[in-house]
Amino acid sequence: MDRIPILKLGNFLLVTIQVDMYDQLAITLQDDLTSKIVQAGAKGVLIDISSLEVVDSFMGRMLANISEMTRVLDANTVVVGMRPAVAITLVELGLSLPGVQTALSVDKGMALLNAMREERPSEGLRERKPGAA
Amino acid sequence: MARPDSSYLLELLNRSSDEILRDWTANQFRNPRLRPELLRESELRDQSSTFLESLRTAISNIEQRQGDLTNILLQEWNETKQLLETISRSRSQKGFTPSETAGFIFSLKQHLFSRIRAELRESPDQLYQEISQANAILDMLALFTTEVFQRSREQIIARQQEEMLELSTPVVKLWDRILALPMIGTLDSARTQVVMESLLQKIVETGSEVAIIDITGVPTVDTLVAQHLLKTVAAARLMGADCIISGIRPQIAQTMVHLAVDLSNVTTKATLADAFLIALERLGHVPEVGRREEPTPGKKLETASLFGTPAARKIA
Repeated sequence: MDRIPILKLGNFLLVTIQVDMYDQLAITLQDDLTSKIVQAGAKGVLIDISSLEVVDSFMGRMLANISEMTRVLDANTVVVGMRPAVAITLVELGLSLPGVQTALSVDKGMALLNAMREERPSEGLRERKPGAA
Repeated sequence: MARPDSSYLLELLNRSSDEILRDWTANQFRNPRLRPELLRESELRDQSSTFLESLRTAISNIEQRQGDLTNILLQEWNETKQLLETISRSRSQKGFTPSETAGFIFSLKQHLFSRIRAELRESPDQLYQEISQANAILDMLALFTTEVFQRSREQIIARQQEEMLELSTPVVKLWDRILALPMIGTLDSARTQVVMESLLQKIVETGSEVAIIDITGVPTVDTLVAQHLLKTVAAARLMGADCIISGIRPQIAQTMVHLAVDLSNVTTKATLADAFLIALERLGHVPEVGRREEPTPGKKLETASLFGTPAARKIA
């Protein structure tokens, strides 16, 4: 059965969707991704959908779901590279995905994930700074 | 009434088409309304002779089938119609009026009729019959040219509308990774669709993170327009770019609130300048090597670094 590869990149996971999504594939991806987050202790997930040309309401809901699931698992999700046509379709479907973070490219998405990590008070980076206490 | 093998009209055309053509073209050149600056003589002569020839062929073919000569839908007329379409279209592009184009056909009547009258002087019944038939055929063809003329004009209008649609929605790059979309005129669904697509496309092409939609030139905003704007903003956000709406005039602000349009998720600014400042401020948060470290001439860059703080960009 087809699977979408999940790559580990430092503290983050990179999911590149390069084939047309169908429902079963999306569900498998949800399963794989959630277990991988727990297993790897990932702090962020980057979903690259720049090759995705066709999107339906199910896919839109799936993106929202994945984002919510990773948030529960203490990680951030950034969806990157959405095509204009896909964005228009999602908006027309009434799915503006309010809870999903987005970025233009993998590069910018990675920067956003890093920035979000630094912002978290619990990450300890700031507390350890000499002048912060 | 038994039909003769070949009607008088066809026989006349066969017999004296050369003379008719000569008289007809000569007369067209004498016509003060002929515009030599728009149409060359040789071209006109060529058109006249081809038309006469195709008229003769069509009449001959229809008569062989014993069809109705005045029925323009017969396939025998197709060749003539194609010819007239070409003539009519080229004349409409050159700037002739429809009546001048139809006049091209009508001017043939005079010569044809005077010839018929000279030959059939003795039998008024046949004279009337032949003239009325020739009249009907030429009227039909002239009307056809007008129709084609109008159609080609309509095509031009439609094309212009399309071009205006594209012209009226320029997406301009204000700064590195900042786009502006100055909207002018009333927004309808078709236009907003074009605006939305061109903006999103440009966002991808330039990798812009902030897009400013300036609606100073939009006279009225109703719920539909507001909804279109919100959709554009939402789509841009899905792609990873922020939208700022600027240029909201006082009346429009009042209308929006009265219409209960929810703009709470959208950054709005009074002027394009304010929106630009905010955009620079936001991009200042994105760490970029070289920009803030090297002092660059230019006031606006200084503004960018003025607002730049190391804190991360946060999307609400």
